[in-house]
Amino acid sequence: MIRFEQVTKRFGDSTVLDEVSFAVEPGEVFVIVGRSGTGKSVSLKHMVRLLTPDAGQVWVGDEIISNARGRRLERLRAKFGFLFQGGALLQWMNVADNVALPLRQNTRMDEEEIGRRVRSRLAVVGLESALAKMPSDISGGMRKRVGLARAIVSEPDIVLYDEPTSGLDPVTSRTIDELIRDMQRQFGMTSIVVTHDLHSALRIADHIGMLHDGAMLPPLTPSEFIRSTQPVIREFLEAQYITRRGDWETEETVP
Amino acid sequence: MNTREPEFFPPTSGPIQRLGRGVMLTLRETGRALLMFLEAAAFMPMAFSRRSRADVVRQLFITGIKSLGVISVVALFTGMILALQTGLELRRFAQEVNIGTAVTVVMLREMGPFMTGLIIAASVGSAIAAQIGTMVVQEEVAALEVMTINPARFLVMPRLVALLVMMPLLTVYTNVLGIIGGAVVGTTQLNVAMVAYFDNARQFAANKDLYVGLFKALVFGAVIATVACHQGLAATSGAVGVGQATRRTVIVSFLTMLVLGYVLTRVFYK
Repeated sequence: MIRFEQVTKRFGDSTVLDEVSFAVEPGEVFVIVGRSGTGKSVSLKHMVRLLTPDAGQVWVGDEIISNARGRRLERLRAKFGFLFQGGALLQWMNVADNVALPLRQNTRMDEEEIGRRVRSRLAVVGLESALAKMPSDISGGMRKRVGLARAIVSEPDIVLYDEPTSGLDPVTSRTIDELIRDMQRQFGMTSIVVTHDLHSALRIADHIGMLHDGAMLPPLTPSEFIRSTQPVIREFLEAQYITRRGDWETEETVP
Repeated sequence: MNTREPEFFPPTSGPIQRLGRGVMLTLRETGRALLMFLEAAAFMPMAFSRRSRADVVRQLFITGIKSLGVISVVALFTGMILALQTGLELRRFAQEVNIGTAVTVVMLREMGPFMTGLIIAASVGSAIAAQIGTMVVQEEVAALEVMTINPARFLVMPRLVALLVMMPLLTVYTNVLGIIGGAVVGTTQLNVAMVAYFDNARQFAANKDLYVGLFKALVFGAVIATVACHQGLAATSGAVGVGQATRRTVIVSFLTMLVLGYVLTRVFYK
């Protein structure tokens, strides 16, 4: 579905991605983890050509998006929904208008149908009662859920999540995790999630790819990831008190 | 239009190289601003289509109606100051009746469009740059692009239409209030009868003065919309970047209007 081939990206003197290659299969939840500044969000932005690689190619299906322009880029981007870190809602529109935006701008649907679709997507994220609220009047977690409703309202093939649970309380984080899994189950969407929250990654992922020093380690299933003996992965797991058995240790039980 | 990638330049080795880079970047940004203007202008036939109508109407309201208060005060006092300054000088030659012509011609040709442009650049232009700049910083513009909503159509075109429509209308309003302000000063402080003031104005002011002034207003509207939207879309580095975009919008708009104002005057009044 999505394939990175030897993608390199530099910002000034710093090489963020160094010949990174990996593939995401259709219908799976692929989670990219790594420490801050390792290029997780940068990878995600390459998938929709918000950033262009200095070398290498990004494939979406059987087309290269990293050199696409104009109509071809629009057609490829139409396959995607994108949940940005802060939700990226337009501040002058209420929740319903924000979710309806891609339908009003890109389709010829009538208002009645748009209203029905918006209500159903807001129901999926548990916010059908917040239709008339403005983005400034709702919490960060609610904004992310509205962003998610907007990302899926056009029924895209692929949904990209940039830190969907960062800054949220554990209960809301779990709700978002369940929503991501539900998106895959209900709509068969391919999901690519960027996070440094390993608890969340282990709950939702089919495969986990870790970015470290500009390179992507070979993607692993959650159980393989937990049992991995690679020092970088072990360090990352232990920093979040996750044992090889897969249970969460408390700070007191860590030797 | 692609979301801007962060840019990194090697350090310069001296003032000449710094100057050269500054010139190159200024030329590049001017080119980008013009391309953005042309792209947005190409979308103008869609201004009142179903998907753009609401945004265009909202921008017309923000630009036109919300600016009326400050424009009224500035226009009235501009006319009054013009009348008082010219009237006091003309009185030395017993020619104070000619303030009707002086105020009307100056308002129609220069002060009407220019004062309106200054006010709109400072209020509406800076607000546009701040709003779009904040949208860029908060990834809202990137979100629009991923949703295949062209920022030139969705953000720039409605603001361009609003300024192109409202600048000439507001200039007419400024002209009217300025001329009335001049008449009030003429009557109350210079002993020029209201009828004599307007007779004098009608006798010497030409239709051309009005048309050239309105054409200037139209050009200034395009300048403010282009500079403000371009500065907003080019904003980087969080709140600091938004502040810089706002400041640059006001400065660049002022200077461009000043230079273009002179050029247009030179073209139409040889």
